[in-house]
Amino acid sequence: MTAVAEKALPSTLRIGLSRGGAEVRQFFRERDAVVFTFALPTVILILLGFIFDEPLDGATDVRVSQVFAAGMIAFGILSTAFISVGVGIAGDREDGTLKRLRGTPTTASAYLIGKIVLVAVTTVAEVALMLTAGVLLFGLELPSDTGRWVTFGWLLALSVIVCTLLGIAASTLARSARSAPAVMNLPVLALQFTSGIFVHVSALPDAMLAVSSWFPVKWMGQGFRSVFLPDAVASQEVAGSWEHGRIALVLIAWCLVGLALCLATFRWTDRRTR
Amino acid sequence: MAVIEVQGLLKRYGRHTAVDGIALAIAPGEVFGLLGPNGAGKTTTVEILEGYRRRDGGDVRVLGEDPDSAGRRWRSRLGIVPQGAQDGAELTVREMVRHVASFYPAPRDPEEVIARCGLEEKAGARLRTLSGGQRRRVDVACGIVGGPELLFLDEPTTGFDPEARRAFWALIRDLAEDGTTIVLTSHYLDEVEALATRLAVLSGGRIVAEGTPGTIGGRTAESIISWHDGNGAQRVVTDEPLPLLAALTGRATPVTDLRVQPRSLEDVYLELIGEAK
Repeated sequence: MTAVAEKALPSTLRIGLSRGGAEVRQFFRERDAVVFTFALPTVILILLGFIFDEPLDGATDVRVSQVFAAGMIAFGILSTAFISVGVGIAGDREDGTLKRLRGTPTTASAYLIGKIVLVAVTTVAEVALMLTAGVLLFGLELPSDTGRWVTFGWLLALSVIVCTLLGIAASTLARSARSAPAVMNLPVLALQFTSGIFVHVSALPDAMLAVSSWFPVKWMGQGFRSVFLPDAVASQEVAGSWEHGRIALVLIAWCLVGLALCLATFRWTDRRTR
Repeated sequence: MAVIEVQGLLKRYGRHTAVDGIALAIAPGEVFGLLGPNGAGKTTTVEILEGYRRRDGGDVRVLGEDPDSAGRRWRSRLGIVPQGAQDGAELTVREMVRHVASFYPAPRDPEEVIARCGLEEKAGARLRTLSGGQRRRVDVACGIVGGPELLFLDEPTTGFDPEARRAFWALIRDLAEDGTTIVLTSHYLDEVEALATRLAVLSGGRIVAEGTPGTIGGRTAESIISWHDGNGAQRVVTDEPLPLLAALTGRATPVTDLRVQPRSLEDVYLELIGEAK
């Protein structure tokens, strides 16, 4: 045995952080990703916010644009977690990233830690950007009590975990890196219309809401509205209240579904050979 | 102890047998060339040795372990230069090589590896801006930065200009002198001839010939004699060149452009492939 064999292998965490650094660098250097994944939610927020800038029915001190600004944080997380992870993994599979890593002492966990670092950094930046737009353009008020920030904290964490796991699972649906953005964006856009992110919940047909209540997006939007809007407008939600307990339950359930799907579908390369 | 030992290797895709009973033994420090036409089973064989694919039968030992069950420690002793990688497009050469180095317990100095691969001037350039040949050199740099005992090179010089190829060959010889065992697959026969200490020719999933570049397929036994005379260009393949040469020197008519050559590796190779079919 040579001296090489004596030296300890770098830990999965260390390789994972190294992956994370490379992921973040690559993400922000790629103009398509920055424009499409990162800027789009804020652009849509600004557009919808200015189009629907009237007072909310039955609540004179809240404007419709503020309802959008709060709920659309869910869009931001869907972009930086679900879409960017799904598109990213499809790309990694196609351009040889996964194959190269598989030929080194890198583990699947280290690769996923890299994705988590990427999602954490881009999501924090995304949410900060969207909140800045909401506060400056539409007079959204940041909460002053700790209770709401605690809600924000667990909601953000659960939403990011759910979206990342589902993004990893969905990446296998995309046949190629080129088709991935289309495959990933369809459910994201559709669910946002039916879950009360792009359209106020009161305007949606009951049947549509009944269906979208099975998916996480509706609960994410509702949760973020509860953080940034006065409790008085909770009466405009489907159940007439913020339903924090149920939001947590649905998101945790989707975490488990996502985890199961990931374990069942993740592959280093397309191992199914001809 | 052999670095690679293969007995009766078998791989099927559905009803098609891609690798049909290959046996190989590669010793430490060898540069082993694997030749064969597309579909001969080269890539499948190499990917089984690298641990990318599972075999359907046979015994395989690479660095003393079974690639199907070998772990991270084993991977850290291996270097793989894949074909057609496009990853890390937005990273610079230096970032990429440093990044890959971070996966290994005892990596080489990334700056030294960059220099060795002739990429110093491009160290700050993003991978997507590189030419095909430069990009391949980055792949080689990533393959050797971990300080591997065994290096797999799959079609390494595709897209190189002649000068870059020569520089690359020098690099491979350099690595071999350091004691790295190298397994090389290539379409370029001159490349295998220049680099390999031993080679095997694959066809239809079997090894049809094995030997050194000089002796494979009975290559040394025959010579090609060619010349020009009053009747135009002449060419004779024979395993006894001396009588013919004597006859030529005794001729009254002038003989020009006389050459005596061994059969080229390409001739031997094409014959072997042809026979196998």
